[in-house]
Amino acid sequence: MQSFFSQAVEFLPILMQGLRLTIVVTIGSLLLSTVLGLVWALMRVSGIWPLAATAKVVVNTIRGIPIIVQLFYIYFVLPDFGISLTAVQAAIIGLGIAYSAYQSENFRAGIEAIDRGQLEAAQSIGMGWWLTMRRVILPQAFKIVLPPYGNIMIMMLKDSSQASTITVAELALQGKLIASSTFQNTTVFTLVAALYLCMSIPLMMLVSRLELRLSRP
Amino acid sequence: MAMIELKDVHKSFGSHHVIRGISNTVSRGEVVCIIGPSGSGKSTILRCINGLESYDSGEILVEGQRVDRGARSITGIRMQVSMVFQRFNLFPHRTALENVIEGPIYVKGEPREEATARGRALLARVGLAAKEGSYPHQLSGGQQQRVAIARALAMQPKAILFDEPTSALDPELVGEVLAVMRSLAEEGMTMVVVTHEMAFAREAADRVLFLDHGVIVEEGPARDILTNPQHARTQDFLRRVLQPI
Repeated sequence: MQSFFSQAVEFLPILMQGLRLTIVVTIGSLLLSTVLGLVWALMRVSGIWPLAATAKVVVNTIRGIPIIVQLFYIYFVLPDFGISLTAVQAAIIGLGIAYSAYQSENFRAGIEAIDRGQLEAAQSIGMGWWLTMRRVILPQAFKIVLPPYGNIMIMMLKDSSQASTITVAELALQGKLIASSTFQNTTVFTLVAALYLCMSIPLMMLVSRLELRLSRP
Repeated sequence: MAMIELKDVHKSFGSHHVIRGISNTVSRGEVVCIIGPSGSGKSTILRCINGLESYDSGEILVEGQRVDRGARSITGIRMQVSMVFQRFNLFPHRTALENVIEGPIYVKGEPREEATARGRALLARVGLAAKEGSYPHQLSGGQQQRVAIARALAMQPKAILFDEPTSALDPELVGEVLAVMRSLAEEGMTMVVVTHEMAFAREAADRVLFLDHGVIVEEGPARDILTNPQHARTQDFLRRVLQPI
């Protein structure tokens, strides 16, 4: 136990550098996936079939390919087409695109859960499509979408470790590097796991509080 | 002067031909009640007038302008012809006052202070001045429907369409909504009302249309149609509605 703490003091600063990248990748890809997911969802419910069909194809394509393969594609294949990204950029874009599919399905479910009468009431006072979305549908869908959104955040936090496969030295990869040079596997991976928990447990508590709050009218 | 004109309107849902050639004219200031059995197409024809539903052939004109659900002009028409729904359809995330001023501020671009002052006056007018900060779920059905009427009035429409406005209400709440509608009728608002409230039709309507199977079977002054119907189908319907069981 004594040695655990002395080793922890030694390893933590390095792990913290990894943690910083984990947070950067998570927040970056969360923002990107939210924006893209909203775009796909709005295309799906637009009622304009070429848009809806395109969004459906895009979402299914993204959902049908493992995240790790998407990351490889963006980091290793795109340079062949003249698009070179840093590992962190590739990770954010890759995870952002991969998760936009799940975000989109969540948003769409939220939008479609809103009573049709709301749409008609908005139309009957002369609202156009976008104003109806912005003032009537999305604010109501927001409440429905929020708890699953929190769960997606937690999944993204954990899946940001997949960025390690394209050399992003985030928390998991930093841990692996320290472990392979010091052979202190137990200490290192206990610390890594604990650091993930320190971030994900507060998020989980936030989600369950949201669920409780929003379950009331 | 013609406010709303229907010219040989037809509408099908799939193979189901719900509106089979309806022609009629609603004049400015007229109160028209549409009665008829369920499935007769009453709600559908109402929804066609402000483009919530498309129609297959014929023509619907609002102040001479053609109603076309797909065209840009539809929002302008909807601002002139408001709608009150059976299930109120208030925005649940906004207070009574916010529901009323939503259209004036965000659709018509009125200044907030002006819209709010008018919104308060309208809520007072439907007897809900004290409820402006309440959310729909805190209001009774009758109160919600009165807010919905205030919301429709806030657009300063030339006509209001009522789609069975009291059908979703508990019986003891029907009166308060009908009272508001009656006062609107007295003030000369053009109204088209799909309803099962025969007493309201008799008192407030200038004209009654009896619809069955997508056609106007009989029409005329309320008193004539309701007390002295000529058609067997109208007689049969009224007998069932007025003397249940």
